[in-house]
Amino acid sequence: MDWEALRLSLLLAVATGLLLIPAGVMVARALAYADFRGKSIVEAAIAIPLVLPPTVLGYYLLTAMGGASPLGAYYERMTGSPLAFSFEGLLVGSLIFNLPFALIPMERAFESIPVEVRQAAECCGLSWHRTMWRIELPLAWPGIVSALVMTIAHTVGEFGVVLMVGGNIPGETRTIAISIYDRVQAFDMGAAGAMSSFLLVFSLVTLALTNRLSRRIW
Amino acid sequence: MLSVEIRQASPIALDARFSCRNGETLVLVGPSGSGKSTILKTIAGIYRPAAGRIEVDDEVWFDSAAGLHVPARRRRAGLVFQGYALFPHLTVLSNVLEAVPPGPHRRRVERAGEVLASVKLAGLESRRPAQLSGGQQQRVALARALAREPAVLLLDEPFSAVDQATRERLYEELANLRGQLKMPVVLVTHSLQEALLLADQMCVLHHGTTLQTGTPQEVMTRPHSVEVARLVSLKNICKATVLAHEPAAERTILDWNGLRLEVGLQAQHPVGGAVSWVVPSGAILLHRRDRPSHGERENPVPCDVRHCVAMGDMVQITLEPIHSRSEHLATTLSVHVAARNHVTTGESVVVSLLASGIHLLSSPRAQR
Repeated sequence: MDWEALRLSLLLAVATGLLLIPAGVMVARALAYADFRGKSIVEAAIAIPLVLPPTVLGYYLLTAMGGASPLGAYYERMTGSPLAFSFEGLLVGSLIFNLPFALIPMERAFESIPVEVRQAAECCGLSWHRTMWRIELPLAWPGIVSALVMTIAHTVGEFGVVLMVGGNIPGETRTIAISIYDRVQAFDMGAAGAMSSFLLVFSLVTLALTNRLSRRIW
Repeated sequence: MLSVEIRQASPIALDARFSCRNGETLVLVGPSGSGKSTILKTIAGIYRPAAGRIEVDDEVWFDSAAGLHVPARRRRAGLVFQGYALFPHLTVLSNVLEAVPPGPHRRRVERAGEVLASVKLAGLESRRPAQLSGGQQQRVALARALAREPAVLLLDEPFSAVDQATRERLYEELANLRGQLKMPVVLVTHSLQEALLLADQMCVLHHGTTLQTGTPQEVMTRPHSVEVARLVSLKNICKATVLAHEPAAERTILDWNGLRLEVGLQAQHPVGGAVSWVVPSGAILLHRRDRPSHGERENPVPCDVRHCVAMGDMVQITLEPIHSRSEHLATTLSVHVAARNHVTTGESVVVSLLASGIHLLSSPRAQR
């Protein structure tokens, strides 16, 4: 069992979830309620990681983070170290490839709140913040929980993009999925099996927890 | 006092103006799609029309000329939605509490409790909407609307989602509650029965336009036009020509396809002009076969009975006037009166049309 890889995977998953979900709530809410020109293009762009091969997405991310790109050059100038093949680079990639897994369930959850309920909140005199806190977030809760779990589960299990953007640096970018691949390459089937079993149980428990937490309370 | 004026051409054509005094109930009545709910949402502030002005107790909520639109959360309007729109995840108490104006928490809880008690929901505070019957949900929605201490109460088809027995009980409760409400109440319905039962003022809407506003009695007996008469389900609409006005006798004489009719003086219609006229079924009197009476001299009309439809202890009768067979008169008799006078399909009868009940209508077709 590669504990270092497991720790890194969980750290990446938690960081992705913590950064993506709060910001994603606001974006998903705006997409659910706003009607603007080009909305379908924005939604299509968010969904691209669902259909694009991970290696293609990884290639573009690697190109965007490389020292020759404006983003990569800026990051290197500011921190003194390259963005590609670093944990921070992995995190940026993780935030991007998880966009559809986080945003789509939350957008659907906000869309499912009847417009009359939101109007009733307005007619009750509730402020924007109170409507969000007391009415919309509790009603969208199942979608938010689903988004968080899908993001974490997908981050822990992602292989292609992680390999392209982060490579296989122990303690820095080698996640548990990369480590399983690494162990199989080295014919260490025992370690690969142990880690695969762990991921299987982890996924099962996470999904069961999601079903319980996202159950409607009304 | 609520004063409303709304105008727009699209996406929903609106041309509505009416006012409603404090403590008065104004019922907006009209067919589905006539813009009733949109008008209510405009007053509440969740729909913004192209033009108009809405004023409540000297407070202007909307004035397109001044570019003013007070947002819904700052208007003191209590709105009961058609489907109630309760917050499904909150208890009854929390639903109402959300609408109670800011203040010390204890005072707000007391206020919510008082409002719930006033709509007979005490004891159900901890339930969620899904655990309530349709009638109880309607009362929670009403309590939530009242909890805001609204300057105007708006009810959007509040009885449409409950069964007939519950509806009748709720009519009675709302009628009782009206006496305690000091603000204008605007109720939207497509049910004429509801309008007649609850309205102080009735406003007839069609295609977003207010056609007539008045007391239910005025609208039902003195509709302004053929359109209004049809919208309020008046059936006996016929055509005639004005023969003369006799101010001394306070009567107008009509020629109804060769039959002379005397009606109350309505001198605004020119002599020689075509008019439509309407008579409520209550102003159609059947001549008794066994005992002729004095009133039978008033506009007697020989008719054949075209249809008789029994509806419980009443019979709906459709009559075909012998002199004008293309037109029909509808009236209702109790079963025993119909039986005693042999009123059955195919029989000949004579009815009197009470002069005071006949109302002349202006209609583009009649004016042609």
